[in-house]
Amino acid sequence: MELVYAICVGFMSACGIFLMLRGHTFTLVIGLTLLSYAVNLFLFASGGLTIGAPAVLNSSENYADPLPQALVLTAIVIGFAMTAFAVILAMRGRADLGSDHVDGTEAFDPLSEEKS
Amino acid sequence: MDYFWVPFLPMLGIIIPLLTNKLNRSACALTTALLPAVALCLIFLDLPAILAGESFHKSFEWIPQLGLSLSFRLDGLAALFSILILGIGLLVILYARYYLSAKDNMGRFYCYLIMFMTAMLGIVMSNNMLQLWFYWELTSISSFLLIGFWSYNSDARKGARMALTITGAGGLALLAGIILLAQVVGSYELDVVLNSGELVRQSPYYLAILGLFLIGAFTKSAQFPFHFWLPHAMAAPTPVSAYLHSATMVKAGIFLLARFYPVLAGTETWFVVVSLTGLFTMLLGAYTALFKHDLKGLLAYSTISHLGLIVLLLGLNTELAAIAAIFHIMNHAVFKASLFMAAGIIDHESGSRDMRKINGLWKYMPVTATLAMVASAAMAGVPLLNGFLSKEMFFTETLAQSILGSMSWLVPVLATIAAAFSVAYSLRFIHDVFFNGEPKGLPKTPHEPPRYMRVPVEILVAICLLVGIFPNYTIGPLLENASLAVFNHPLPEYSISIWHGFNLPLLMSGMATLGGVGIYLNRKHLFKFAGMFPDIDAKFIFEGCIQACVRWAQKVTNGLENGSLQRYAFCLCFFALLLIAPPLFELETTRGSLPGTPLNGAVIIAAVLIIAGSLATIIWSHYRLIALLMLSLVGLVVSITFAYFSAPDLALTQLSVEIVTVILLLLALYFFPQHTPTSKSRPSRFVRDLAVASLIGCIIGSISFALMTHPLDSISAFFLANSKTGGGGTNVVNVILVDFRGFDTFGEITVLGIAALGIHKLIARMRLSTHNKDDDGRRWAKEKYPVLLSVVSQSLLPLFLLISVYIFMRGHNLPGGGFIAGLITSIALIQQYLANGVGWMVKRVSINYHYMIAIGLITAGLTGLGSWLFGRPFLTSWFEYVSLPWIGKFELASALLFDIGVYFTVIGATLLILASLGKLTTTERLTVGER
Repeated sequence: MELVYAICVGFMSACGIFLMLRGHTFTLVIGLTLLSYAVNLFLFASGGLTIGAPAVLNSSENYADPLPQALVLTAIVIGFAMTAFAVILAMRGRADLGSDHVDGTEAFDPLSEEKS
Repeated sequence: MDYFWVPFLPMLGIIIPLLTNKLNRSACALTTALLPAVALCLIFLDLPAILAGESFHKSFEWIPQLGLSLSFRLDGLAALFSILILGIGLLVILYARYYLSAKDNMGRFYCYLIMFMTAMLGIVMSNNMLQLWFYWELTSISSFLLIGFWSYNSDARKGARMALTITGAGGLALLAGIILLAQVVGSYELDVVLNSGELVRQSPYYLAILGLFLIGAFTKSAQFPFHFWLPHAMAAPTPVSAYLHSATMVKAGIFLLARFYPVLAGTETWFVVVSLTGLFTMLLGAYTALFKHDLKGLLAYSTISHLGLIVLLLGLNTELAAIAAIFHIMNHAVFKASLFMAAGIIDHESGSRDMRKINGLWKYMPVTATLAMVASAAMAGVPLLNGFLSKEMFFTETLAQSILGSMSWLVPVLATIAAAFSVAYSLRFIHDVFFNGEPKGLPKTPHEPPRYMRVPVEILVAICLLVGIFPNYTIGPLLENASLAVFNHPLPEYSISIWHGFNLPLLMSGMATLGGVGIYLNRKHLFKFAGMFPDIDAKFIFEGCIQACVRWAQKVTNGLENGSLQRYAFCLCFFALLLIAPPLFELETTRGSLPGTPLNGAVIIAAVLIIAGSLATIIWSHYRLIALLMLSLVGLVVSITFAYFSAPDLALTQLSVEIVTVILLLLALYFFPQHTPTSKSRPSRFVRDLAVASLIGCIIGSISFALMTHPLDSISAFFLANSKTGGGGTNVVNVILVDFRGFDTFGEITVLGIAALGIHKLIARMRLSTHNKDDDGRRWAKEKYPVLLSVVSQSLLPLFLLISVYIFMRGHNLPGGGFIAGLITSIALIQQYLANGVGWMVKRVSINYHYMIAIGLITAGLTGLGSWLFGRPFLTSWFEYVSLPWIGKFELASALLFDIGVYFTVIGATLLILASLGKLTTTERLTVGER
């Protein structure tokens, strides 16, 4: 099961990074979100995979590691704030610069703006 | 008042000219002069004690960790320089009163001048090397301001910039030297450093220290090859040249050499490097000065030459050379300052400084002419004037030295030649300006200056004469004490007098005078000879170098930073790959010793969903809505994964965040084109990105696998053991969040709040074009808020809120808590926005989400501070079991209060983000901007 889990984490990170390297802001935000899923899963797994033993005292014999869980919990919330910030920044960039391209070279293209 | 007020009084005086600028000019000058005059009196009060061999020290702690203290000393050398700085400074203030025109801002000028005076006093009186360096740099900055005082003048700007660059760079070298020296000695205090000469000279770093100090001193004192800034600094107003470029600032480098003489001098390297640099600078300066047609240019090169002479003296390996050097510092300061002032008067009253135009001024200004002639005679070294005495001493020492072994005879010969040129240019100054026919094409008829403009020159020329005739009664005692401070051990026998009998130095003086007259008489041939060489202006070379540097820096910057986020992200990923990959090769096997958990069908299905979802996100990334849906599929499976692997808190959080994120992205999508334009990226770029992404994915997967299968010793056992007894809760994750690591959580909710406020600000001024059609030209649905959705969500709201309170209350002992409850409440409210519209909500709910964030953060913060009341560290938690009739036993914990803070912050932040965005297209957006 660990192997399958690791493959999933690796695959998600690869997809996330690939999307982040694309040229448009929305793709970038999606890539970022995917990568943060992967990272959260990765951090979570550093405490090992335990089934049916939540870290609530007196509920079972041995408990899952609570520390990565606490770290990931705040990471999820902060990740949301960051994603939100990135997407609003992208909107603002599009509003001010007229383009949602991120490579810094593509000039404002009125034709594509009209089409959209 | 104490002597340590000496550097502070002028410092206080910096603002005085700015305050009195509005008054008339004389009042401004007078008030400016007041504090330096008091400082000068203080020095004179202490002078008897200093002449008796005493030296004063005073020190205050400043930054002891860095070895930096505010520390002053007043010994013979410092007293001598202080008198020069304050005395000539006062004369310059008087002179500038008449020199500056009504157009110039006098207050600003005096302000810079006094700032410079403070800095110079700081240098000479510092007893701490770092403090000395601080004042050293302050002189560079204030001299930059003074040279560039006429900032409308291009030459002034360029000259100022050049001076700042050269002396500033030298200052950095000096700082390096000082730090190195302090590392060797173990202290920044001069008292300690000056007594560690032997230690320093034996140190392996000696050469580096010496080199860095010499660069600092030579740049400041305009020694070859750094001399070129001084002639260009002549673009400054003449009072500045008289003060900075003859008497004080250029002497700072020499002061440095003299101050550190006991530490750095005495080695073969010192003698050779210092003396040869001085010798060459002296010859070059004297030769070049003769050919300058600009009055101030001549004086500037003459200054370079005389500075070279002093440096040469400091580099000679005879005992008396250093005494001669100090003597000449004073003499040069006096006659050169008066000459600059005379040149300024001539410029001021005749309108030109070009010696080809100003001739025969004797008829027009006989008094000034007499004064200038006496001063230039002192410069030439004519007997009965101060310049003669130090020049005789100089010749004596050049004969006594032995720095070049069997070739040492060259030094006195070259010294005589330089002296001959010195006589020649002094003659030119006198003859060309005051005689030699009639003025040619001057803009105005020359006349004598105002009475008091001449007074400073008169005083300085009188000093030239007094020192020249009665050296032992005027300067003798102070010179002795200053030399004592330089040597740091008892002085050898020496005598200053006009007549030493017929000897070799006198012969050299005679030869120099005759030679000088000869050179001047044959000047036509010499000018022709000098004219054959191309005229190189250091300004152009220097500006060229600077511009080349700027171009190069721009090229590098543009090469690295082209504004492409794609490139930055790629570089980041690539270098992260380089850093994390190597340690993996050291791990022998990926699979560790822990037994794996058996695989089952549910896990396989989840894995397939995750992989398929991720892949689909990429494949359909051009169709943004579909990509978003695929992404949310992955997010859902992730939250199920958390639930499956015993993390109910995470699952709840992930699920609610997932909902909020998707709503946010859907809202955002409205403002973006719905399709990403088909990728124009080149195949090579595609392959490159794919390779980097895959490699990082492989590495992350491998690390994850290795982490899960290797036994790991973590600190989690502590939290499990202490959760109930220390934190009073059985849900360990929540106890960690609100108790053990409460400070982290506090930081995190703060970040959340800041992000929300930032987003609000970004949205508030956004101007976006919105469309009434989708990409395929279809109109949006007219029916905005479906009745069914509206009714259902309204009736669900109380249930939602009830659940969120329940989740919140049980959080300490069962899965739940402030984060999750806050997110659930947010979703409930967002649903109302979605189902009923912003306008409907604004009428009913008047919550200011900014205040909500603030209330949340303040609650959490105050809870933390509350523990201080009980003498405990920040955020120490408290809990107690209370029993009430009918309700029974329950727990009260301060952590609950903290969690309320978290709850409110999360609601405030989430709703601020989504509501701000949602309001963008509605009429409510104006109020968003105003709030």
